[in-house]
Amino acid sequence: MSTTTRNAFVYRPTASPQAAANWTPRQVLMTNLRTVIGRAYPRVRGLARERSWVFFEILLPFLATSAFVYVYRALGAPPQYIGFVVLGGAMTAFWLNVIWMMAQQLWWEKSQGNLELYFAAPMHIMAVLFGMAFGGFVMSSTRAAAVLIIATTLYGVSFSIDQWALLLAVFFLTLGALYGLGMMLASLFLMWGREAWHLTQLLIEPVYFVSGLNFPVGRLGVLGSVAISLLPLAVGLDAMRQLAFADAAYPAGTPSPLVEAGILCVMVAVFVGLSRWTLAVLERRARQEGRLSVRWQ
Amino acid sequence: MPASTDASQPLAIDVRGIRRVYNVKPKPVVALDGVDLAVEPGEFFGLLGPNGAGKTTLIKILTTLLLPSEGTAHIFGFDVERQTKQIRRIMNMVAGGEQSGYGILTVREQLWMFSQFYGLPSRDGWNRVDELIEAVGMREQAQQRVSTLSTGQRQRMNFARGLLNDPWIFFLDEPTLGLDVSAARAVRELVLAWKAAVPGRTVLLTTHYMQEADELCDRIAIVDHGRILALGTPEELKRRVQRESVFRLELDRLEGGVAALRRLPGVVNAALAAGDQANGRSDRQTVEVNLSLVDDAALGGVVGALGSLGGHILALRKSEPSLEDVFVELVGRGFGDETDEGDGGDGGGRDDLGPSPDDPNVIDTTDEARERETEVVA
Repeated sequence: MSTTTRNAFVYRPTASPQAAANWTPRQVLMTNLRTVIGRAYPRVRGLARERSWVFFEILLPFLATSAFVYVYRALGAPPQYIGFVVLGGAMTAFWLNVIWMMAQQLWWEKSQGNLELYFAAPMHIMAVLFGMAFGGFVMSSTRAAAVLIIATTLYGVSFSIDQWALLLAVFFLTLGALYGLGMMLASLFLMWGREAWHLTQLLIEPVYFVSGLNFPVGRLGVLGSVAISLLPLAVGLDAMRQLAFADAAYPAGTPSPLVEAGILCVMVAVFVGLSRWTLAVLERRARQEGRLSVRWQ
Repeated sequence: MPASTDASQPLAIDVRGIRRVYNVKPKPVVALDGVDLAVEPGEFFGLLGPNGAGKTTLIKILTTLLLPSEGTAHIFGFDVERQTKQIRRIMNMVAGGEQSGYGILTVREQLWMFSQFYGLPSRDGWNRVDELIEAVGMREQAQQRVSTLSTGQRQRMNFARGLLNDPWIFFLDEPTLGLDVSAARAVRELVLAWKAAVPGRTVLLTTHYMQEADELCDRIAIVDHGRILALGTPEELKRRVQRESVFRLELDRLEGGVAALRRLPGVVNAALAAGDQANGRSDRQTVEVNLSLVDDAALGGVVGALGSLGGHILALRKSEPSLEDVFVELVGRGFGDETDEGDGGDGGGRDDLGPSPDDPNVIDTTDEARERETEVVA
């Protein structure tokens, strides 16, 4: 092993440990921003390295979406329903990403030994979660776009968009709320440990159903209203459908897109705030009880 | 040794009355039980003890991952409980068998990712990573996926990760665990080179490899059952168990046998070496004798007297006790002898120490356990 490389063991000479520990607010901010990019990096690189996602996360969801398309066609449903289900199929990519790669991620990081290193590093752990979310967003956007483009082309979906800005705002707010929920679940799943797998299984299908991924959520009546007030996917998808198919008759029973955008804003604030709080509680508890750092526990 | 003992400078590690209890079933486990420790800046300090001694718990507390149940701990003056951010900016850690990171990334990418967690600007991060990859001898593996690395390569990469932020204090928790001899040596050389680059850099090493602690550490604390049993330089610790000077002599012949040697002034004991006893000297042209003296100064008299016993010295080596001997003396069992909690902590297992010093064969038997012999004369 060579030990003669120039300055390899001296990067940023500091006068003393006290000087090295004294960071400016800018250093703190930049470290957290760089952490977001750094943690997003493996997910973005993974897109190019693990090609199996093309099969599992584009082809399989596309088949599920296609099944509903053929059901609606067979029943002679209005053509916008084909668009509704295609949009739902595209958004599935984000939900799967949130549930599998956000909610379970901290638990996985713990079992790999990464979590200790995250907690022992100087950045805020929320920056790691934001990085995961950002990386997941990039990953899932590619998948969602692929499903949307293929299905739209294949099934001749025509969009009618009057309010582009609001549609984009709703889309990003939906993702903000979804990933905020994922960040919060990540903390909770870490606390619940091995039960995380079962919770994940428990969440997938019910959320598919009450979010109205394959039909307008308003059809669920009261249950749909509850979903809209709690689930980012339900409210976001409903608003996007209203905005993307503005010329079509939309089933009544759900708020206007503007109101739903407001609900999403609240969800973003609540979920991100709660994830920060739960993470702080969790770290404190982990340090007190040793659950985070003691291997045999 | 410490770069400075300036009283105005805070200690690198200042631990006072630390106690850590895990509330687990069926009964709470006391991992640390009133530990006090003061490590000077620039020191290479070792925590030596068997599995379950409390070493890792102490390192977790010092790296801000665990809170003490009682007591206080400071790193360069920063409180591990309240000033975690400051501590995390100036420290880093590497554990043995660490599997951190993401197998899908290459070594270079993984290290860059970690550099971002310490706030290195992106381009600086890549440069820093390349320097460290070179320094740890992983140029050929730089573009290799982490999932394909061998254990030794992986640990070298972990070291590069640990050095990314230029830490002032480096915590090493069993860093050579599972490594082969050459990989372990490479890791030790790396740590020493890093430490020597800047005065004041401090290392806390936990290990149960005694030779490693002996080779690297300025001072060592021997820990068992959550308590520090002894603390000092390796030489000081070894002196605790070596109350006599022990030499091995190879002679061309010896008239009157070892009994004649025992009668010489300053000789505490003398015995034929194990091989000579077993063979009855019949097939040997030389005689090997283990000699126990009151002190080193008595050796001159013995050497002078050997002429009158018809012998000439062919070789003379001084035997030193190992840290394992120290440990055995302190706790009454060896490192490999795992005991249940609470067992053996009071030195009750003295039988493990082997024969009494009064036994003529004492030197032969203890010699087998000694790790090092320093050749004085060839």
